[in-house]
Amino acid sequence: MGVSSKLGNLGIVTTTVEQAVNHARVGAMWPLLFGLACCAIEYMSSQASSYDLSRFGMELNRATPRQADLLIVSGRLTRKMAPVVRQLYDQMAEPKWVISMGDCASCGGVYNNYAIVQGVDEIIPVDVYVAGCPPRPEQLLHGILTLHEKVKGERIADWA
Amino acid sequence: MEFPAARDPVSALRDVFGEALLHVKEFRGETTIVVDAERTAEVLDFLRVTSGLVYNMLSDVSAVDYFPNDYGDAFDGEESDFRPERFGVSYHILSMLYNRRLRVKAFAAAEDPRLPTATVVWPAANWLEREIADMMGIVFEGHADQRRLLMPEDWYGHPHRRDYPLGKETVAFSFNVDEIHQHKPFARD
Amino acid sequence: MAVAEQTQSIEEQRSWEGSLDQLRGLVSERAITGETMLLNMGPHHPSTHGVLRLLLELDGEQIVSCLPDIGFLHTGIEKSLEDKSYEKALPLTDRMDYLSPMSNNMAYAAAVEKLLDLDVPERGQIIRVVCLELARCASHLVWLGTHAIDMGAMSVLLYAFRERERILGMFEMLSGQRMMSSYIRPGGVWRDVPDDFLPTIKQFLDDFPYKVDDYEALLTKNPIWKDRAQGVGVIEPDVALAYGMTGPALRGSGVNWDLRKAQPYCGYETYDFNVPLGEHGDVYDRYLIRIHEFRESMKILNQAVSRLETVKGPYRSQNHKYCPPLRSELGQSMEAVIHHFKLWTYGYDAPDEEIYSAIESPRGEIGCYIHGTGGNKPRRVHFKTPSFIHISALPVVAKGYLLADMVAIIGSVDIVLGDCDR
Repeated sequence: MGVSSKLGNLGIVTTTVEQAVNHARVGAMWPLLFGLACCAIEYMSSQASSYDLSRFGMELNRATPRQADLLIVSGRLTRKMAPVVRQLYDQMAEPKWVISMGDCASCGGVYNNYAIVQGVDEIIPVDVYVAGCPPRPEQLLHGILTLHEKVKGERIADWA
Repeated sequence: MEFPAARDPVSALRDVFGEALLHVKEFRGETTIVVDAERTAEVLDFLRVTSGLVYNMLSDVSAVDYFPNDYGDAFDGEESDFRPERFGVSYHILSMLYNRRLRVKAFAAAEDPRLPTATVVWPAANWLEREIADMMGIVFEGHADQRRLLMPEDWYGHPHRRDYPLGKETVAFSFNVDEIHQHKPFARD
Repeated sequence: MAVAEQTQSIEEQRSWEGSLDQLRGLVSERAITGETMLLNMGPHHPSTHGVLRLLLELDGEQIVSCLPDIGFLHTGIEKSLEDKSYEKALPLTDRMDYLSPMSNNMAYAAAVEKLLDLDVPERGQIIRVVCLELARCASHLVWLGTHAIDMGAMSVLLYAFRERERILGMFEMLSGQRMMSSYIRPGGVWRDVPDDFLPTIKQFLDDFPYKVDDYEALLTKNPIWKDRAQGVGVIEPDVALAYGMTGPALRGSGVNWDLRKAQPYCGYETYDFNVPLGEHGDVYDRYLIRIHEFRESMKILNQAVSRLETVKGPYRSQNHKYCPPLRSELGQSMEAVIHHFKLWTYGYDAPDEEIYSAIESPRGEIGCYIHGTGGNKPRRVHFKTPSFIHISALPVVAKGYLLADMVAIIGSVDIVLGDCDR
């Protein structure tokens, strides 16, 4: 192992609690298995062979919101679906994060009309917005890495 | 296997229904037959079961709203402008045997639009008519399920009518950005 | 929040959730008395292929009745189309059936061409056929991966998406976008194929048949797959016709109806291919049909690619009232500048008539009804989409099978909720 060879036989690492917690949170952030529209297909692509999200500790999609840390709102959010997404978000256990994937989820996109909620941030808090219609898997990966950076800088006191 | 020869749907309908056949139009090789609204289901059933016609499949049901043009009872006489009422409902039917399509059209009044349902002829009409009832507000009499299909149950109005606003959100400029941010309370930095 | 308050708020929530009385007449009387169980499946469920909600009435594990609830992805596309000129409306149609955007483009473009009486040059037709068949393969690959994952075979998804990435790469080469390409436009296609497209697609056509063999090796004779798929979700031919089902769901029941053969468009009548048919109409037959459609698409693609090498000429209509002139002409011709300006500001007028035109998408007949106004915007656009029809038939198809079969049935009729709700 890389770490132990640097440490010798001491087996001790000094760090802060925050860093350790954030490291654990970043290392295994489990997304909710949830897709809305076109972006969900690109989300599937980024989990499949060519892009392989499991490199970032995200290979496990949880089908239940109780076990998920990350909600990727992938696609257009309609007025009929909005209460459902809000309920899913409420059911997720803290700490939880939200990525708004694609233009439709971020701001309504090309659908500026009666049926679409103009941005998912009207109903739930969003941490990272990913632009694109639909975003390429690389863009989603970049969004996830941006979220990781954000989580690494979080302070436990803020969660209390 | 021998099939009976194909018959002309217009003349066949004229023989049986006569006065109920209001108008016939050809455009780009498509035939549109306008029939009396109350007898739509009868006409469709006739077209489905009669040998030589056998329109065995319902492809689509679509409704159109002629809202800004108030045609009323009289129409202006031009061939292409036969629109006695506000709403038009088209049944696109397909005969797989003779490989041809036909459009049967009926009109419904602006006030309290009603048409007989075609679900007795094709079960496929069930959802297609429910969609129109939801989006256009045309009541299909005799339809077993009168709930909304696409919009939420508590939605007000019928979105696909021409007098229903598209519901645009204003574009954010520097002078109105605060106003727009007010209904995005959850946008984190 | 105190416990008492919390309990009270939960009670309040329950009080507005409504009662079973609303469902009277839709489910059987046994559900009202509590003899059978009502189970809500979706809209967030991993195997409903999107945001479909099913209200299932169960007698033990057996499905007594099924009430689909759609509209969770109703986007108002048809209404938005009324607000745009014909050319500008095209990108919205991509996002209906997001697994095969090319077919949506084609359905819309074919309808507009019929309304305008516009002809497409031969090279444009060939490029369209290439795109449509590639889209069919891409769509079936997603279906294969997700259907297999629903039935418990995890690894097929990884194989299927590997090939799909190559097809998306080709779409990107053509149009600059992986999925929402907006490449097929009224009057032809957006631009000619780039130089390195032909070698890429030839390489793909060489490889892909062996990949299809790989998928078959994983699934076709797999006893678990057969147990779960054979004899499940049987659709009788007369039921399929009465409910207006099309595509592989209809052909699985043995009805020979493919719009590419019956009412050819894009010159499909000049290609040599077969239409695979099923016998039993069950999940397994629909699986086999799609696998065979891969091979038939390969046949068409091989012919189309060889024609692409020989047939040269314009790739979109030269009628500049409806199709923009080449960019290079703008510097030399005043007329071209006028056409360009008129097209991209106002668009073009279409007659105040109604037309219906249908094509065969990977899921079935996708029809487009356009009623013009005489101006540059349509009065009404309506899409007849195969997923909508197939979901409306789910209650009949699923009746009597087990709850676990429901997942297999939903997967096998291949629904896309964006296609259904529009």
